Amino acid sequence: RCCCYLEDKRDATVSSEIANKLLKFNTKNGELRQQAANCKNDKQQSAGHLTKVPRNANMGKLRSGYLFSEISLHEFEHKQKFPHAKLIKLGIGDTTEPIPEIITSAMAEYVHSQSTVKGYKGYGAEQGNLSLRKAISERCYKDLDVKFSEVFISDGAQGDISRLQVLMGSNVTIAVQDPSFPEVYLRQAYVDSSVIIGQAGEFHEETEKYKNIDYMKCQPENQFFPDLSTASKTNIIFFCSPNNPTGTAASRQQLQHLVDFAKENGCIIIYDSAYAAYVTDDSPRSIYEIPGAKEVAIEISSFSKFAGFTGVRLGWTVVPEELLYSNGFPVVHDYNRIVCTCFNGASSISQAGGLACLSSDGYAAIKAVVDYYMDNVKIIAQTFESLGLKVYGGKNAPYIWVHFPGRRSWDVFNEILEKTHIITVPGRGFGVSGEEYIRVSAFAHRECILEAARRLRKASIN
Amino acid sequence: FNVDFLQQLRSAIASTYYKGLGIEDGDIFVSDGAKCDISPASGLLELLKVLFGSNVTIAVQDPSYPAYVDSGVIMGQTGQFQKDVEKEQLTWLVQFAKNNGSIIVYDSAYSLYISDDSPQSIFEIPGAKEVALETSSFSKFAGFTGVRLGWTVIPKELLFSDGFPVAKDFNRIVCTCFNGASNIPQAGGMACLLLEGSKVVGFYKEDTKIIVDTFNTLGFKVYGGKNAPYVWVYFPGQSSWDVFAEILEKTHIVTTPGSGFGPGGEGFIRVSSFGHRENVLEACRRFKQLYK
Repeated sequence: RCCCYLEDKRDATVSSEIANKLLKFNTKNGELRQQAANCKNDKQQSAGHLTKVPRNANMGKLRSGYLFSEISLHEFEHKQKFPHAKLIKLGIGDTTEPIPEIITSAMAEYVHSQSTVKGYKGYGAEQGNLSLRKAISERCYKDLDVKFSEVFISDGAQGDISRLQVLMGSNVTIAVQDPSFPEVYLRQAYVDSSVIIGQAGEFHEETEKYKNIDYMKCQPENQFFPDLSTASKTNIIFFCSPNNPTGTAASRQQLQHLVDFAKENGCIIIYDSAYAAYVTDDSPRSIYEIPGAKEVAIEISSFSKFAGFTGVRLGWTVVPEELLYSNGFPVVHDYNRIVCTCFNGASSISQAGGLACLSSDGYAAIKAVVDYYMDNVKIIAQTFESLGLKVYGGKNAPYIWVHFPGRRSWDVFNEILEKTHIITVPGRGFGVSGEEYIRVSAFAHRECILEAARRLRKASIN
Repeated sequence: FNVDFLQQLRSAIASTYYKGLGIEDGDIFVSDGAKCDISPASGLLELLKVLFGSNVTIAVQDPSYPAYVDSGVIMGQTGQFQKDVEKEQLTWLVQFAKNNGSIIVYDSAYSLYISDDSPQSIFEIPGAKEVALETSSFSKFAGFTGVRLGWTVIPKELLFSDGFPVAKDFNRIVCTCFNGASNIPQAGGMACLLLEGSKVVGFYKEDTKIIVDTFNTLGFKVYGGKNAPYVWVYFPGQSSWDVFAEILEKTHIVTTPGSGFGPGGEGFIRVSSFGHRENVLEACRRFKQLYK
């Protein structure tokens, strides 16, 4: 299979050029592989003035493209073949339902106040609006003893992860879950940011892994929780729960095990709780529900999936005062410095929206949207189960992870696309451990979900 | 996530600021702002640091923002100097960069405050696209200091020593380390550009003139203030922190001591003209009292 990775989708001219080439030669063949290899190598004819500034070697270690682009290609080809098909997109994890009025009116009110002398505000504190920090510590960390001074408002998890990487520097070792978020779409942060900073080492084509990153397997066999007895004792452990792509939430016991492991081995856990609002059972929503976590963990979170703020951009990071470097220096002091130096704060408008989300009425409104997506995921999960397939996730996250034993995930992706015109994500896109799985997202209008369910039953995919 | 809207904004920026300069939509990266007046550096400058890595040498102006020292910004149009940089000087700079293989990181955040025909963009200088990238911001142009919106222009012609285009690596970093500016500020940015500039800039420029005239009348040597909302007042032989303290004590006006911007700032005070008109007038009354 030719895996030609395309440039960022914003670089439309390059993408369409490559897309056209691939469409012309829509078969596996050596010529195509060579073209793809050339794209991948990014060899440039230097036609003009060369500066004497050396390219940052770490950038050269990044893989040259994105899986999302390949999915887009399939989508594009499919549309050529079936121009009248109504495509249902259950692939990308982007929210679809509107933000409740109570929240957008709060933002609108704030925006209008910026045209008044009394209401106009210039630069805000880099750590974020005080009321918002307090609201987060009170509402999201009730009874968990997280102080507002430990909460840093941001424009989203991606920026926070990069700031944390800058904080940690290039001389730390990192571990990530496998599958996790390796390079799907444009949203990879754990691995790529690690490469850019210089932690990751060389990339090995055969294993599709970076040399210095520990990939911790998470599969049904180990209840999607890594076997820590075989894990390298890295400095940093990235852990996402509820998990993307498997849709599973770690249990209290598992997280206690993780915290204990980190404590014993002096690791720092960077806990991504972006989907915390989707937990429906009593799985922990915050790492700080686990005793001892404040001495070993940083928690990042986001309003993206919680409030539909994927375009509005708002998130936060908690760095507890108790978290100390090996020399006793509090991590929070350095993080504060980085935030003040490297960042100007999230937009004041987004922060006004965030505050509205955390009011009683606002919270109830966005919880209703979360419940809507969870009802979607139930429908989709039941559909796949009725086809005799084993479905993971879907209880504490808007994703299901469907197992197709013995089958290649790209083949399943293609079969689903051809027979039902539904876009999903092949598990292979999340790493080697994702082979045989498909991720299906529940971010869609209800009608689309119901229609998708109908088509899947009819086509009896298995 | 709205790609089409972003595309419209990039087009609007290109046609408003870079008309006729050969800068395309694809050369523009929208961000959450170029720099912060109060604290050093910014998200954008930090992205540039990550882009270039730690094995490069940098030059900064003295005085300049402490930020630039931290992040390696080489040039900026801030109006804090004896005279604002003129076209000839920029031409010389571009040639220097070309001869020595350097990259100029040009900060044009205050370009709309320019009153004379000093260049508003580095790309007005022939050859600049092969040696410079430019950052800018809606902060001082549209009062977006809290709203957060800016952009960077990286021409396709700007290449690393191995021929690899700088824009490609920057694009990758932006995609990995950043999620894009909030779409609400972007909508605001569109409105700013479609409505052709802001009266607010004119207002601040008048403030600046009032301050400049005041210090001129008092017999001080005054720099800047023509093409930027800052006035750089000379207090020969005095420590800038002492002058700052005296002004604060005797007139209750907060200014900025020049030494905060580097050794080259010693002996100067920076007075910013961002203020309500009544405050600016009152401040000038007090200055006249103090220095009459």
